[in-house]
Amino acid sequence: MALRLAGKRGLNHFTKTLILNTTFRSYRSSTTISDSHQSKRGNDYSLFSTNGFVSRRFESTEAGSQLDVLSSDDDEEQNQLGVNFPGGRVAFTSEMTFLPESNEKRVQCYRVIDDDGYPLPSTQFHHVNKELAVKMYSGMVTLQTMDTVLYEAQRQGRISFYVTSNGEEAINLASAAALSSNDLILPQYREPGVLLWRGFTLQEFVNQCFGNKNDYGKGRQMPIHYGSQKHNYFTVSSPIATQLPQAVGAAYSLKMDKKDACVVTYFGDGSTSEGDFHASLNFAAVMEAPVVFLCRNNGWAISTPITEQFRSDGVVVKGQAYGIRSIRVDGNDALASYNAVRVAREMAINEQRPILIEALTYRVGHHSTSDDSTKYRPVDEIEHWKAARNPVSIFRKWVQRKGWWSDNEESEFRSNIRKQVIHAIQVAEKTEKPSLGYMFSDVYEEVPSNLIEQERSVRETIKRHPQDFPKDVPL
Amino acid sequence: MATNLKKLGSILTKQASLVRRLSSSPSLASDGANGKSINLYTAINQALQIALDSDPRSYVFGEDVGFGGVFRCTTGLADQFGKHRVFNTPLCEQGIVGFGIGLAAMGNRAIAEIQFADYIFPAFDQIVNEAAKFRYRSGNEFNCGGLTVRAPYGAVGHGGHYHSQSPEAFFCHVPGIKVVIPRSPKEAKGLLLASIRDPNPVVFFEPKWLYRLAVEEVPEGDYTLPLSQAEVIREGSDITLVGWGAQLAVMEQACIDAEKEGISCELIDLRTLIPWDKETVEASVRKTGRLLISHEAPVTGGFGAEISASIVERCFLRLEAPVARVCGLDTPFPLVFEPFYMPTKNKILDAIKDTVNF
Repeated sequence: MALRLAGKRGLNHFTKTLILNTTFRSYRSSTTISDSHQSKRGNDYSLFSTNGFVSRRFESTEAGSQLDVLSSDDDEEQNQLGVNFPGGRVAFTSEMTFLPESNEKRVQCYRVIDDDGYPLPSTQFHHVNKELAVKMYSGMVTLQTMDTVLYEAQRQGRISFYVTSNGEEAINLASAAALSSNDLILPQYREPGVLLWRGFTLQEFVNQCFGNKNDYGKGRQMPIHYGSQKHNYFTVSSPIATQLPQAVGAAYSLKMDKKDACVVTYFGDGSTSEGDFHASLNFAAVMEAPVVFLCRNNGWAISTPITEQFRSDGVVVKGQAYGIRSIRVDGNDALASYNAVRVAREMAINEQRPILIEALTYRVGHHSTSDDSTKYRPVDEIEHWKAARNPVSIFRKWVQRKGWWSDNEESEFRSNIRKQVIHAIQVAEKTEKPSLGYMFSDVYEEVPSNLIEQERSVRETIKRHPQDFPKDVPL
Repeated sequence: MATNLKKLGSILTKQASLVRRLSSSPSLASDGANGKSINLYTAINQALQIALDSDPRSYVFGEDVGFGGVFRCTTGLADQFGKHRVFNTPLCEQGIVGFGIGLAAMGNRAIAEIQFADYIFPAFDQIVNEAAKFRYRSGNEFNCGGLTVRAPYGAVGHGGHYHSQSPEAFFCHVPGIKVVIPRSPKEAKGLLLASIRDPNPVVFFEPKWLYRLAVEEVPEGDYTLPLSQAEVIREGSDITLVGWGAQLAVMEQACIDAEKEGISCELIDLRTLIPWDKETVEASVRKTGRLLISHEAPVTGGFGAEISASIVERCFLRLEAPVARVCGLDTPFPLVFEPFYMPTKNKILDAIKDTVNF
């Protein structure tokens, strides 16, 4: 009862206190008096907040200062002992301290080479040999070139939709290079570089974008929704963040099978606002699942900048709240990305735990071919990331300085890939669409009677109104 | 919340005789001779035990599953199969189903429990956009056919808004999943084992009203009952009644009372709602010329509407009366007004008489 009254009366005072004392520090310094006072009265279970209100009220009274004499070390000991709570003992404190909303300094970003491709002094990183470096670099160029040609193809109306990975080539290829082909990928949709690294051919990419009969998805999904069982790359789906809790389930399976592999799941900054993101981090931590959460924080979720997406210091800090080890890495530094993912993978597998990586990067391209990003962000910003922070150029400088790549190789390689993509488009265009029967298969493992009936009905309609239907879908 | 619902058995004693009557109907007793009399949650428990025992790649998980579950369906399983195969999850339905999809996609049988069907909606996206399309969207490169989502559904007499709902119709609008609802312990065991082993994701709604109330002889061993096959559980000639789950017990009572007034009712348990067995219902309506559908879920947009439309399409000239629907009302499930809301025996009996005398 006394406490309740104190709390009530204390509320006004508390408000005043906040006005009088600009920092919590100065406020907190006076709490010891009343703490001892209360415990002597047997109110050991007092709530922190009420405690605070009481303390200020008594500080200014004579009674308060008299009670101060009664304080003893017993309280301190008891506070240190704390309470045995599920999850471990929690110490008590007489200091009312709110955890700050953020640390004073932003979490630093791990990098290995600077924007001119020079290694930073005393940076530790795993040596990347010529073969690996050239494969990573040529993969980045291939992705860049494929994006350019397919983006043009969409603009010419040859495919219905496209999404580029411009600006994010390094985190795509470098993360892929750091993994084993046995590691499972649950992608979002801006990570085709991982699939490219694993040997998905340009023709296979283009077939999917054209939805022809050689598309593994049988023409059922929009362009860029790649997937390949033999490459351990789960099929892309449009909804944001839905792959994340699935990644935990897949990782749990690897754990139970004692596989020397982990799951790597990719997502963007916008995904971290979805419930599935939080569900998955929490599940992964609790289940001790070997999964690497790789966030490409590219600054923009379509037109929404990260300042309107969250108030935390980015994504990296979200891991700790779930009990997940986390790192922030320069996603435009291929070597840093490679190293961080490589170590994350090792920890995930060897220690059977999830890891969160936040790769800082930038979406240089529009969100998709249905978007014009100059409507919502300054062109200067885009140009800066395209020029000064271009991950492909940065890595090229490093590789060329090593003497592993030359200007001649560059132009020859680019023109060669461009020709290959154009050729793949020509082939894909001539390849017929999947036949009508594929509209009804795979809904269930076996086609149920209602679908058999509906297929029959569609075929009758086609006979009656052939002009209503595309000619390039074989019946 | 669960502790209150455990009182179900004692509170609903009035209904007990009616449930037992359904359970011991001739069609049910036919091959249950070697079993013991058990209730529905025990039958579910047996099915889960067999699923875990017969396939080392099967897992059972959900909120409070580890200690046996709030309805006791997973009792003893963690002890028998270990905490790695039978385990608690954090309190997060989208996480449970998403996790289950990933687990199933790796070739496991993922048996997820959602504590109440009322709480399945956070997982709706994972079920509708992910599980249901997993095979189709990948061109069969991947599938999560090993996923079964179990959830107790339906009225219990005192469950109010959030422990009473019947959300089956939402899921019947989703190509790619199957929706299965058993009516009795023996059915529950066989249909659950079939659902777990079916190569497609299944949403399996368990009538929580019957967990303790429905008791019948259930074969002890491993058996499955076919999915997408309705069952005629009572033959008749004047009108066809179609239902599923707990509602069948109420419908059977109405059939018995109608018989006293000289009306012969045929009662069909649909068992699987999608893909559903139109043929069995159609054949029955061709015989009787009349159809009544009854479910607890609100009448508007309920699965009864789908059955009605399909049968009218197929049997229009044979129908001698409009198709009758005796269902829950279009209100949130109301606590105090539950007796008014429910599709009771006498509401059904009145509708039977109206339809026959149309």
